[in-house]
Amino acid sequence: MAGKPMDVKVKIGIVLIALALAVLPFMLASVGTAWVRITNLAILFCLLSLGLNIVVGFAGLLDLGYIAFYGVGAYCYALLASPHFGLHLPFWIILPIGAGLACLFGVLLGAPTLKLRGDYLAIVTLGFGEIVRVFLNNLSQPVNITNGPQGITLIDPFKVDGFSFSKTETFLGLTFSGPIKYYYLLLLVLLVVIVVNVRLQDSRIGRAWVAIREDETAAQAMGINTRNVKLLAFAMGASFGGIAGGMFSAMQGFISPESFVLVESIMVLAMVVLGGMGNIWGVIAGAVLLSFVPEILRYTVEPLQKAAFGRLVIEPEVIRMLLFGLALVLMMLFRPAGLFPSKTRRREFAAGEQH
Amino acid sequence: MQLSRAPARLRSVALIFAVLALAACGKQEEAAKSAAPAAAGGATVVKIGHAAPLTGGIAHLGKDNEAGVRLAIDEANAKGMTIGGAKIHFEMMSEDDEGNPTKGPIIAQKFADAKVAGVVGHLNSGVTIPASAVYNTAGIPMISGSATNPKLTEQGFAVTFRTVGRDDQQGPAIASYLVSQFKPKVVAVVDDATSYGEGLANEVEKTLKAAGVTVLAREKGTDKTADWKAILTKLKGKKPDAIFYGGMDSGGGPLVKQGRELGLKAVFAFGDGACSDKMKELAGDASEGMVCSQAGIPAQAASKPFIDAFKAKFGSDPIIYAPFTYDAANLIIAAMQKVDSVDPAKYLPALKASSFDGASGHIEFDEKGDRKDAEITIFAMKEGKIVPVAIIKAGKTIPFEEFAKGAGA
Amino acid sequence: MDVFLQQIVNGLTLGSIYAIVALGYTMVYGIVQLINFAHGEVVMIGAMVALTVIGSLAGANTGMPPIVIVLAGIACAVPVCMVVGFTMERVAYRPLRGAPRLAPLITAIGISIILQHLAMLIWSRNPLSFPQIIPNPVFEIAGASITGVQIAIIGLSALMMLGLTALVYRTRLGVAMRATSENPQVAGLMGVNINRVISSTFVIGAGLGAVAGVMVGTYYGIAHYTMGALLGLKAFSAAVLGGIGNLAGAMLGGILLGLVEALGAGYIGEFTDLCHVSWISSGLAERCARDGHVVLMGSNYQDVFAFLVLIAVLVFRPSGLLGERVGDRA
Repeated sequence: MAGKPMDVKVKIGIVLIALALAVLPFMLASVGTAWVRITNLAILFCLLSLGLNIVVGFAGLLDLGYIAFYGVGAYCYALLASPHFGLHLPFWIILPIGAGLACLFGVLLGAPTLKLRGDYLAIVTLGFGEIVRVFLNNLSQPVNITNGPQGITLIDPFKVDGFSFSKTETFLGLTFSGPIKYYYLLLLVLLVVIVVNVRLQDSRIGRAWVAIREDETAAQAMGINTRNVKLLAFAMGASFGGIAGGMFSAMQGFISPESFVLVESIMVLAMVVLGGMGNIWGVIAGAVLLSFVPEILRYTVEPLQKAAFGRLVIEPEVIRMLLFGLALVLMMLFRPAGLFPSKTRRREFAAGEQH
Repeated sequence: MQLSRAPARLRSVALIFAVLALAACGKQEEAAKSAAPAAAGGATVVKIGHAAPLTGGIAHLGKDNEAGVRLAIDEANAKGMTIGGAKIHFEMMSEDDEGNPTKGPIIAQKFADAKVAGVVGHLNSGVTIPASAVYNTAGIPMISGSATNPKLTEQGFAVTFRTVGRDDQQGPAIASYLVSQFKPKVVAVVDDATSYGEGLANEVEKTLKAAGVTVLAREKGTDKTADWKAILTKLKGKKPDAIFYGGMDSGGGPLVKQGRELGLKAVFAFGDGACSDKMKELAGDASEGMVCSQAGIPAQAASKPFIDAFKAKFGSDPIIYAPFTYDAANLIIAAMQKVDSVDPAKYLPALKASSFDGASGHIEFDEKGDRKDAEITIFAMKEGKIVPVAIIKAGKTIPFEEFAKGAGA
Repeated sequence: MDVFLQQIVNGLTLGSIYAIVALGYTMVYGIVQLINFAHGEVVMIGAMVALTVIGSLAGANTGMPPIVIVLAGIACAVPVCMVVGFTMERVAYRPLRGAPRLAPLITAIGISIILQHLAMLIWSRNPLSFPQIIPNPVFEIAGASITGVQIAIIGLSALMMLGLTALVYRTRLGVAMRATSENPQVAGLMGVNINRVISSTFVIGAGLGAVAGVMVGTYYGIAHYTMGALLGLKAFSAAVLGGIGNLAGAMLGGILLGLVEALGAGYIGEFTDLCHVSWISSGLAERCARDGHVVLMGSNYQDVFAFLVLIAVLVFRPSGLLGERVGDRA
């Protein structure tokens, strides 16, 4: 990373971006607080995508059950900070527990599946994701642990002493509503996760992952302990999911197994692939794009149709989904390696075309 | 060595952010302009929000709910109302929450941003509960016509109401009817492992056990299960006298059909999710004799005009919850009229004190926002139609003919 | 014993349907190493088209015997699905041949979303009841009951599997398909028109899917525009269980998965009833005396059961029951 001194232009760029991100929620709130919530959700999906990117993008292990770790983190938070068990631990204790627990689940999933490759791994991870969800949905009998499909209500928001993230406060003449506070918190966490990711990518481990992705047998021959390194990928990816889950729980105030279904896993995977697997910035772009596109369509489809035909020809929600599907297809047709492919991916793809 | 490329990427990411934000702003402003109390024939526009899944597995029920609200609003507009000295034009703002709990708060926030005067929705308990926290902060009254999870109104929010019966009102009713009518010794309880299905099944099981009935171990499918044969085969070996299913018609239809194919003789009973003529369509003759419950008084007894108006407008019968969302929208409008204000803070107390005769019977709210002493109607499938056979009120069973006579309907 | 036999009958019927759908996945995979996630949607469209045709013919009082009407339904559903399959390959997958492995996965998801919502526009959001026009006699065999429709499903599936096997091993197209799956480049050099082979694979798979759709609709009596997703997922698991890319594997995997689900739902509750071991605590014994059962895992875990079997098989046989090793690029 270090080495060359930073360019002035780079510094200015970073400062500008930082400024833009700092004022963003207020700009959004001025048009509608819903957009702040949508942005928060987008950041949450950035966290998830970055976590999944470690498994899929760096290590090349196709994981279709990633949302399970998100669920584990979310339930961990919900159970330890809600009236369900009467526990109300502070979030800085629960979040690490959630991350650790998700990490443990990652290893649990990874250990038996190390031998599997490609699509076999995909279906096993998919099964794993479903198994976790079914357990969350059914562990209300014979002993009530998760409260089953009824979900857990009244989950504590993040709070530090008297400062609660769910209340609106005015500070220096600015109104900080709950969503805006969460925005800054999420941004902070995202920053940390990005730094960790960038550092990981350039580390020995990161290179070992890439080696495994490119050729597992060769990697083994070069003295990489493929078992441990793959397990590490699962564990790291899972713990990011766990943290994201904890934050989701606190923001939402209510969780039920419905939030951790297969479709969500597929959405996160779509974000990773669409943005450009293995490229941290690409993955973030993918997550932001896929979180915003359906919402923007929500706001535009109806007025556009009314403007074009004077009435609603097809219900807006149907068009929204049709356009979303079409966008996925078109984006892949024109940028099959993702919007921002990683360097190695781009090379691979170019090589593939020359065949 | 990575750093040299990073800034360009960072910039492009920032650019995307900026473009998206701008696009969002532009769109939103347009929407805001049209949302402003603009003149629609010189009248002040008052928005009423409606949210339900309009895409996905239960989109048909979402659309049914939407139809109920639309009918109420169109009728109110046709009458032409003056509230607070101004002519009022109601407008429905209908949003697709995709049945996704994560989207609940976002939709709720959208309504809050658009300053809707009240919300009818959402459909699923799992979406309504997280959304209700946002409505509570924004002070917008919300009435769900279909969220039956008791927890919704037990969060201590002043703005949450529902016109549908809670699981713990409806479950005991259908269970006690089963016990009094069929005197079963062994009952099997099956559900679809959703918040609604399981919640209702739990309440039924409680009541049955309290009545001394042996309840078999719970069997569960999912809300997408079409193949019940394995479960039914297992049940057949245990010879239950009745089978209760907590879930929707799309699961319940195949359940009865396959049960009869396997030669099960038990009585099939359902909650409101599977209490429609659709059951006959899905299960054919196998549905004959099934019993089911619905909260409130059947619309054909309480409000024939509603059914007629609904048919005239949409060309079909309401599916399940449309009478409840219709009532919900009307309750909001009635409360506004009473206090002569569309301000949520002003009409909320009036809403709480409602005493209203709607398409689903008489509605009053208790202190939590639940329907007070909700009557529950028991239906039975007779010659391919579900017909009301009894009304259950405060634990007492009244045969329907008697009730209809008493009500003078 | 009759309960057990009944569960076998249930499982076989379900398994036959899984097998037919799984064949669609496995054929495509065998040739182009691609998971066609939109295959479930093809099955749904098959069911919907057949439903429309059967419904309108039955309603029109044509005097046709019911069996002819159903066959007409199948005859319409198959070509429609074939066109869908063909178009899908042409538009969404062919341009991506040689692209990173996951790119077609995303287009498949996109296609699934599009097909689902088109179906919703055409056939409405309501769960539709499949016209029940065929008399469905129930036969009693050794204490288990089997319906006419079940017999038809099992028989038709067996026929289709035989036909497909004959096609792959006895015809020129079959030889070309096998050659393409071994090595597309070499097959191309040998004069095989790879594009045509791949198209035919999609078309045949879609045709099988269409028939499966009609079978599902007739068997359960219900069709809905989201019905393809879960069925597709189960069938895909079945294909992997048997060894993806392998025809016999898909059939075996499908039937096995059907049996596992039926037996799982039927017996898992009995096996995990804690009342068998009620002596371990007095509290448990009390609950057992009161309720008669304290089931740890009931039929609610039947999906878990199916996936656990899948995982166990794959852990011990990493390429499925009958499969060969496949590439490992994500």
